[in-house]
Amino acid sequence: MSEQTLKQWLLSDAPTSRMQARVAGLYQGWLRLTSNWMTLTGLIILTALVLVAVCAPLLAPHDPFEQDLLNRLKPIGYDDHYLGTDSLGRDILSRLIYGSRITLYIVALVTLIAPVVGLLVGTVAGYLGGWTDQILMRTTDVFLAFPRLVLALAFVAALGPGIENAVLAISLTAWPPYARMARAETLTIRSSDFIAAIRLQGAGPLRIITRHIWPLCISSLIVRVTLDMAGIILAAAGLGFLGLGAQPPSPEWGAMISEGRRFILDHWWVATIPGLAIFTVSLAFNLLGDGLRDVLDPKDGGHG
Amino acid sequence: MTLLTVNDLWVRFPTRQGVFDAVRGISFELGQERLGIVGESGSGKSMTGRSILQLIRKPGVVQAAEISFQGRNLMELSERDMRSVRGNEISMVMQDPKFSLNPVMTIGAQLMEAYLQHNRDSRQNARNKCIEMLEAVSLRDPERVMDAYPHEMSGGMGQRIMIAMMLIPDPKILIADEPTSALDVSVQRQVLSIMDRLVRDRGMGLIFISHDLNLVAEFCDRVLIMYAGRIVESCPASKLREAKHPYTRGLLNALPRLDNPRTHLEVLQRQDDWTHAALEETQ
Amino acid sequence: MVSVTSQPEEGRKSAPFPAWLRKFLTTCGSIAATMLGLLLVTFVIGRVMPIDPVLAIVGERASQESYDAVYHQLGLDKPLMVQFFYYLWDVLHGDFGNSLLTARPVSQDIARVFPATMELATLGVVIGMFLGIPMGVLSAVHRGTWIDQTIRVLTLVGYSMPIFWLGMMGLLLFYGILGWVGGPGRLDIFFEGLVPSVTGMVLVDALLAGDMDVFWNGFSHLILPASLLGYYSLAYISRMTRSFMLEQLSAEYITTARVKGLSERQVIWGHAFKNIRVQLVTVVALSYANLLEGSVLTEIIFSWPGIGSYITTALLSADMNAVLGGTVVVGLIFICLNILSDLLYKIFDPRAK
Repeated sequence: MSEQTLKQWLLSDAPTSRMQARVAGLYQGWLRLTSNWMTLTGLIILTALVLVAVCAPLLAPHDPFEQDLLNRLKPIGYDDHYLGTDSLGRDILSRLIYGSRITLYIVALVTLIAPVVGLLVGTVAGYLGGWTDQILMRTTDVFLAFPRLVLALAFVAALGPGIENAVLAISLTAWPPYARMARAETLTIRSSDFIAAIRLQGAGPLRIITRHIWPLCISSLIVRVTLDMAGIILAAAGLGFLGLGAQPPSPEWGAMISEGRRFILDHWWVATIPGLAIFTVSLAFNLLGDGLRDVLDPKDGGHG
Repeated sequence: MTLLTVNDLWVRFPTRQGVFDAVRGISFELGQERLGIVGESGSGKSMTGRSILQLIRKPGVVQAAEISFQGRNLMELSERDMRSVRGNEISMVMQDPKFSLNPVMTIGAQLMEAYLQHNRDSRQNARNKCIEMLEAVSLRDPERVMDAYPHEMSGGMGQRIMIAMMLIPDPKILIADEPTSALDVSVQRQVLSIMDRLVRDRGMGLIFISHDLNLVAEFCDRVLIMYAGRIVESCPASKLREAKHPYTRGLLNALPRLDNPRTHLEVLQRQDDWTHAALEETQ
Repeated sequence: MVSVTSQPEEGRKSAPFPAWLRKFLTTCGSIAATMLGLLLVTFVIGRVMPIDPVLAIVGERASQESYDAVYHQLGLDKPLMVQFFYYLWDVLHGDFGNSLLTARPVSQDIARVFPATMELATLGVVIGMFLGIPMGVLSAVHRGTWIDQTIRVLTLVGYSMPIFWLGMMGLLLFYGILGWVGGPGRLDIFFEGLVPSVTGMVLVDALLAGDMDVFWNGFSHLILPASLLGYYSLAYISRMTRSFMLEQLSAEYITTARVKGLSERQVIWGHAFKNIRVQLVTVVALSYANLLEGSVLTEIIFSWPGIGSYITTALLSADMNAVLGGTVVVGLIFICLNILSDLLYKIFDPRAK
């Protein structure tokens, strides 16, 4: 199949098979997503971030933990330290590159925990209803009532500082909105005819929830997670900044800012550069999430 | 006397797939009469009404050789001048009063706004004028209605309020875009006859846009049939039964008739050349 | 976020109550349940803490007898349920225990630091509101144009900034380099203690005392952190405004307003905007609540003696009473603001009656 005909096949108005319809739908969504320069920018940045994290040992010019007290707090472009050195003489660029791994690690862990918990709680509450629903939703409300950062702070304080505990604390504050969303979707799905049909065939609640309700909730959950990703990164960085996340000498970006804070007036780059990195990545997630929402919900879209 | 002349009107929407022509070069005139525009959804009848008022929103584009109202070409007016035409000279009643009235403003505030926009007058006089108008559309207890919110009104009342609101500045032309489609069958006639009476008493021109052939035949003097953005037929309402165009014939045959009962109603068979054929004007 | 009225109809069988009373009671019950849950969570956090509360009081080298005495005094030998009720009882009486750091009751400490946070968050939300709402409206009206794109990027940037980093950059630029604003803290050192503390908010106190020098000094310290919080809330408010406005602008009554011959300005502000006012109240209230949270990091950067820095300092020195007390207070305010916005919604929307 040549390039031209493949494109025509994908853009056809009248798909001939279910597979073609699905692939064509995805392709057209992809076209819409990438036709917006803002979304495209986000996608490119995130791809670059993943590449950098994967190839960190190849890209980093120095060992991120190697101290060189003679060359501490050197400015940008000094010798072969392209972004300068920090208060212990470590190469900032190398630390930044290795730090991308921590950022991705946190994001990956939180997205593995929070939406899953939310989905579980929300669908069970929505499907079973009654007292289960009351108790689960009341619990959700309680967690929603806390300001997220303050609750995360209290959790980390209880569990002890460290990157895994920070992830756990962020996840604990992040799941309630997903539970709310999943419950709302479950309520509409539950009363639909096809669920009644499945139930008549003798399927139990477990089978209905896992095989029929979950798959339908997932797409909206993914959009929501993408949109929340930036918030997760910022929360993690905030905990790191307070010294409650990743512990030294780990090159976590928030902790790097915290280290550079003491020298902000004389050696501004030490704190500025990791901040720019956090900002860039979180902006990229926001741009992508925004674009995704545009594709899935045209009402809120930015271009007519 | 001719109130409105529309000549070669096009309404275009650019889309991803190319330019979509919603209205394709239609021309007609309106005097002190009731002109019905009939067509199925998507035929461009609503777009025609809205383009006269220059209310097609971006990215839609209106092009016309002329749309002239009492000798002034509306196509050449500035937005500011156009505003003094809207409401004041040409007005429009829309389909569903549930959506066409502002839900958070009292009915009185909305009526008075319509009047005060085009008349310099005291609020008290404006209020009296509005109450008179509400009485003219046969609403009971107009004082109470003035202070009520739209959601407290029934559909029929809402549509009468819309008619009152649109007639307060005393326009010369009223465009009624499916004014009864959202109403209960029981109040449709009532609302229509109120509108009909007011329009006639004031010597106005009425453009009645509808998908309902029977209704149009009954309430209008002349009928335009639109299909795919073109006028395919134009005839006096009384001669509608003798229409020649196959589309119109098809529509008429698809309607049940009391005086000619049939066991099967015909289904409209569309032909491609209706969309492409040039329009032969039959004025 | 917290919809306190979403309780499904419960006790439909108990008909003797009139509908409004039942609704009122379920709302109250649901609020009480949420608050109880909040206290339960803080209680649990307090119990799993790896810090021994007795050791924190008696010190490392205390004898077994004095340790046991305090252990008993704190009620730690009782079952957990009983301990929770003690805790509940104390909190209901406004008693969060004593702070280890300041050796004063936590409630007094909070009363002292809270006005500072409120001053900061209030000015922040005012800035966010007065810039964010017009920006959101503008963005919706000029949808898809360069104006919309610019505002969109601006708000996304606001969403993406680590607020503590932005604060440091702001201090570096406006204080360190340009010298336009006051530095960290609420007042320059020689202005402190000049006016009597009545409300605890420096600007208000200075106005009450009629001391304009103190007022302007306080303002120069407040404006930078408040602007940062303002930017943060602007991003949220303007995005919500934009999406509400887009929904309204496509409504049919907007066409009606245009048919009447109203100008675009009248259509937008007189008609569409009136329809989103109620929703905006909720958004602003939520944004205000979020600023109380966003101010934790901002307060640290600006050495602002508010509740955020109080909680964090306490946390870093394992002063658990202070941490939990602060968390409960912030949580309660959060809940109250949510209830308030719900109430305002019901009062101002003619359709809700």
